[in-house]
Amino acid sequence: VSQPRPDLGSGGEPAGATHFHERQEAVSRDVRTEEMVFNMGPQHPATHGVLRVAVKTDGETVLALQPHVGNIHRCAEKIGESVPFYQWVPYLDRMDYLAAMCNEHVGCMAIERLGDIEVPERAEYVRVIVAEVQRILSHLMAIGVYGLDLGAVTPFLHQFRERERGLDLLDHLSGGRLLYHYVRIGGVKRDLSQEWLDELDAFLTAVERRLPEYNTLLLNNRIFQERTFRVGVIDAETAVRWGVTGPALRAAGVDWDCRRDAPYSIYERFAFDVPCGASGIGGEVGDCFHRHWVRVREVEESVKIVRQALAGLPEGPVLGRVPRGFKPPAGEVYVRGENPRGELAVYLVSVGKQERAWRARCRGPSFSNIACITEVAEGALIADLVALIGSLDIVLGEVDR
Amino acid sequence: MQAWLDQLRAEIGWLGHLPAGLVYVVAMVVACNLVLVFASLLAGEVVWLERRVSGRMQARIGPNRVGPQGLLQFLADGVKLLAKEDIVPRTADKPVFLLAPVIVFVGAFSAFAVMPFGEGLVAADMDLGLFVVLSLTSVEVVGVIMAGWASNSKWAVLGAMREVAQVISYELPLGIAALSVVLLAGTLNLTRIVEAQGGWVWNWYVFRGPFTFCAFFVFFTAALAGLKRAPFDLPEAESELVAGFHTEYTGFRFAVFFLAEYSAMILFSMLTAVLFLGGWSPGFGVDLGGPWTRWIGAAVLFAKTVFLLFVMIWVRWTLPRFRIDRVMSICYKVLLPISVVCVVGAAVQVLVAWSWIGTDGAFGAWLGGR
Repeated sequence: VSQPRPDLGSGGEPAGATHFHERQEAVSRDVRTEEMVFNMGPQHPATHGVLRVAVKTDGETVLALQPHVGNIHRCAEKIGESVPFYQWVPYLDRMDYLAAMCNEHVGCMAIERLGDIEVPERAEYVRVIVAEVQRILSHLMAIGVYGLDLGAVTPFLHQFRERERGLDLLDHLSGGRLLYHYVRIGGVKRDLSQEWLDELDAFLTAVERRLPEYNTLLLNNRIFQERTFRVGVIDAETAVRWGVTGPALRAAGVDWDCRRDAPYSIYERFAFDVPCGASGIGGEVGDCFHRHWVRVREVEESVKIVRQALAGLPEGPVLGRVPRGFKPPAGEVYVRGENPRGELAVYLVSVGKQERAWRARCRGPSFSNIACITEVAEGALIADLVALIGSLDIVLGEVDR
Repeated sequence: MQAWLDQLRAEIGWLGHLPAGLVYVVAMVVACNLVLVFASLLAGEVVWLERRVSGRMQARIGPNRVGPQGLLQFLADGVKLLAKEDIVPRTADKPVFLLAPVIVFVGAFSAFAVMPFGEGLVAADMDLGLFVVLSLTSVEVVGVIMAGWASNSKWAVLGAMREVAQVISYELPLGIAALSVVLLAGTLNLTRIVEAQGGWVWNWYVFRGPFTFCAFFVFFTAALAGLKRAPFDLPEAESELVAGFHTEYTGFRFAVFFLAEYSAMILFSMLTAVLFLGGWSPGFGVDLGGPWTRWIGAAVLFAKTVFLLFVMIWVRWTLPRFRIDRVMSICYKVLLPISVVCVVGAAVQVLVAWSWIGTDGAFGAWLGGR
């Protein structure tokens, strides 16, 4: 299939242009050009896992593309329908493995609402603290990896220094570095110790101190801005139409954050800004630069939330009473929460007198976010496609579940 | 080198009895092999330097296990790569595929033959030295496009395409910026160019007026692009094109590409030092004297080369990568006009020095002197 050549115009032009037009005609008649179909992935350094994107290109320009998913499908939802609720929670960890705490949080909230289980107040605070620490870690990773996608290796390794402290933090709490199973039905597994709180404070200080350094290397870097300004623009209308959520949605200028606008847990008790793309930040609203900028700002806001939660941390138990052999009554729930990558929603149906769900379904943000590239990436260069996929910050574990 | 050989022939009796031509040829072969060995070892050590420096910049350690401070790491890597399976893809164009690394290697290493490592320490002291260096390094492009095409891989083709577009474009500002020095020096002979920069530090071409000063930066930037170093590392942009033109190469053939890349880095650092930074002139007008002058000079040139290598590494691990269209626009819209202004300006400078000021005085000699 030959691509229609750009119309080089006729009439109203200087004589030289007509001549040029004729030459172009001759070239397209005599030289056989072909489009290439690339398979980007599933083994490719810039597809963040095992995403496969079939790209049709004309030279380096993307004409059309189709993401293919399913390479690490692990039946997380079907497993949810075959194991008791409490056994399903660790499977949620493994969906978005960079935001395990947040996944557990949303999953446990859904199960608790289904079974009408009370969660102690201290546990709610602890959940918010670990979820926000997880958001900081996830965004740090996203910021660093985005540099890697654009060819800057150093910020990637620098953020690992802070991320390592954060992983240690969650490790000391739960015994796992990436997958925690710390948030349980009815609360959290262990209480926070004073040493841990001191450690957390040092971590937050380190993040606040280092963030400007990362911004020097990326956000304020001239080359970085040239690579991201006006690249991969997802405007508000497109974002809403494709169901894009999270930082990518806010970068498009849609002021929506579940934590503020559909508050769950105890988020309504904290004061925090929702960074939102607007003109004047640089580039065009909804471009790759805005998505990166929103993540950087969200790290700052998460630090604020954790500090507020620490200040208001009440005393008390951290795990409520959950009946042995927990069998929720018949009913269905749809619970959503703001994950680092966007809205994670868990839909559960119980038919009663059963330890497990009759239907378990998740709505993962990565899946909806990556879908829009078919529309957005058309006409971009391959380098822009890499910038676009990187800026959406997808985790393939969640795309496929 | 010929003068030095003649002196040797006069001093050592049995050497004098041999035919002069034979002595020259044997000396040439020996010298070229010495240079080749030296350049290969140096390239290996520059890999080590790159990994250690990037390690420091990235809050990690880098290789430090093989040999003191990891200095022998490149030997371990070389042995490892030798032991790897040598895969030629079934769909590859086999003869071209096998020939490509050889051509790249030849392009990168042969230019060392005319490169002066110190006063008189040059395998072939040619009057066209600079010209030869620039032409031989261009041969590398041929090898790269052969590698990209013969691999029969789409990523490799794209990488080779980018490389050819980039390297050929950047040869223009590179050559023109070097011309501004040639105008002042009045010769293409690299040894003569260095000799014209003797004495104090302000005699280095980088400090001889605004035009050569700009030309220095144009030259170094264009050299970075010609070497495919970040931020111009598009031909092998790992996040976009996997590994670019050498995606399909394994084992020692890959090592040859790798080594050629680093030896080209050394070559261009050394060339920059020779053209603009006074070569082996230490920058203070004191004659160190004695038989050691030549070797001290070589050490000085080596230090300057290492410094420029460090700058290349430093830039690479700091900046993100340009996009291909921006790389081209920087070349044709920024560097090329600047380099043309530099060369015209340098010509005017020489003209002014010769016509009005005269090259007898210190200032005139500095301005347009030879």
